[in-house]
Amino acid sequence: MNIDKKIADDLVANDIRFVTTVPCKQLAGVIEEVDQRDDIFHIPSNKEDEGMGLCAGAWMGGKRPAIIMQNTAIGVTINTLATLIQYYRMPLPMIISYRGELREPVACQVEMAVHTKALLAQLNIPTYHFHWQRDVEEFDNILKYTFMCNKPVAILTDANFWGGYGDQ
Amino acid sequence: MIRSEILKDIAPILRDKLVVCNIGIPSQELHAIDDQPTNFYMLGTMGLASSIGLGLALAQPKPVIVIDGDGSVLTNLGTLPTIGNNAPSNYILMIIDNGSYGSTGDQPTYTGMKTDLAGMARAAGCDNVVEVQDVDTGEALQKAIEDGVATVMVVKCDSGNAKMPVISMDPVVIRDRFMKAVAG
Ligand SMILES: Cc1ncc(C[n+]2csc(CCOP(=O)(O)OP(=O)(O)O)c2C)c(N)n1
Ligand SMILES: [Mg+2]
Repeated sequence: MNIDKKIADDLVANDIRFVTTVPCKQLAGVIEEVDQRDDIFHIPSNKEDEGMGLCAGAWMGGKRPAIIMQNTAIGVTINTLATLIQYYRMPLPMIISYRGELREPVACQVEMAVHTKALLAQLNIPTYHFHWQRDVEEFDNILKYTFMCNKPVAILTDANFWGGYGDQ
Repeated sequence: MIRSEILKDIAPILRDKLVVCNIGIPSQELHAIDDQPTNFYMLGTMGLASSIGLGLALAQPKPVIVIDGDGSVLTNLGTLPTIGNNAPSNYILMIIDNGSYGSTGDQPTYTGMKTDLAGMARAAGCDNVVEVQDVDTGEALQKAIEDGVATVMVVKCDSGNAKMPVISMDPVVIRDRFMKAVAG
């Protein structure tokens, strides 16, 4: 299974037409896939809170959005999640690379990894963790759930899910 | 002129347009001067008005006017390259540059010192940047709407705030009536 393609297919099938991204090594493939799709408008943002602003506007303009970012960005976006996305009750699927988990080669990434689920829980953000490739089968249901309840929803995708770092 | 005087001046131009308005006193002033369902008031999240407006302009064809502030643009400077490389023709970013953080008591920002927001916007790739004096705002805004090209306006004005009530409308109500106005 090509998980990059599966994720992009599910986005399109759920009518998500506006995707903003800030790169992570683990996300390179899915970002490229999203960029190449004619039916998705891909707009890179410079910071994840900026990206959430873009998504909020796109949704109010009638386009379903999604953001693709690294878990370190939870530290960047807490105010935006609380005072924009949640306060105005807006849907936002967040496809998040979960760095600092099993098979992580960079020690610093662990420092935000240990806070990631706690912060999301503190914000009452529904959170899913993809560890095995087959977990991606849930993605379509998660997207439907997000636009049913108009909430930000986190999908944490760890190194094992993406197939590790090759030679490590 | 201070911000509220400019908003009073341009209220008739804004009335039927989609407006995304900056956090704090700017939104309180606009709300008190001419509340419209086509106004999206930011109640928090300093810095994101320009981004919300850009997403909105990219998602639908109606003109979008963002009323932003110098302090808020400075806190989300990454917005300028994103605007410079992506803004569609229906996007107008009007930065009320009063050289201060108005809502929090007029503490000076760097735009009142050496920093030039118009120059920064140009360097970020925004092709159509106009610097405007407060008294000329209405004329410049009307022209930007008629020209139908993405525009960044930097409106130089005095620091100061009008005393207006806080917005008590529920955020979901603000958002819902705005979305109906967008779709209508
Ligand atoms: C993250 C964050 N920091 C600080 C504030 C406090 N704050 C609210 S409005 C504002 C000033 C905004 O200044 P500007 O965008 O220039 O608008 P003005 O009121 O001057 O028109 C500040 C500092 C905040 N709301 N959020
Ligand atoms: Mg200001």
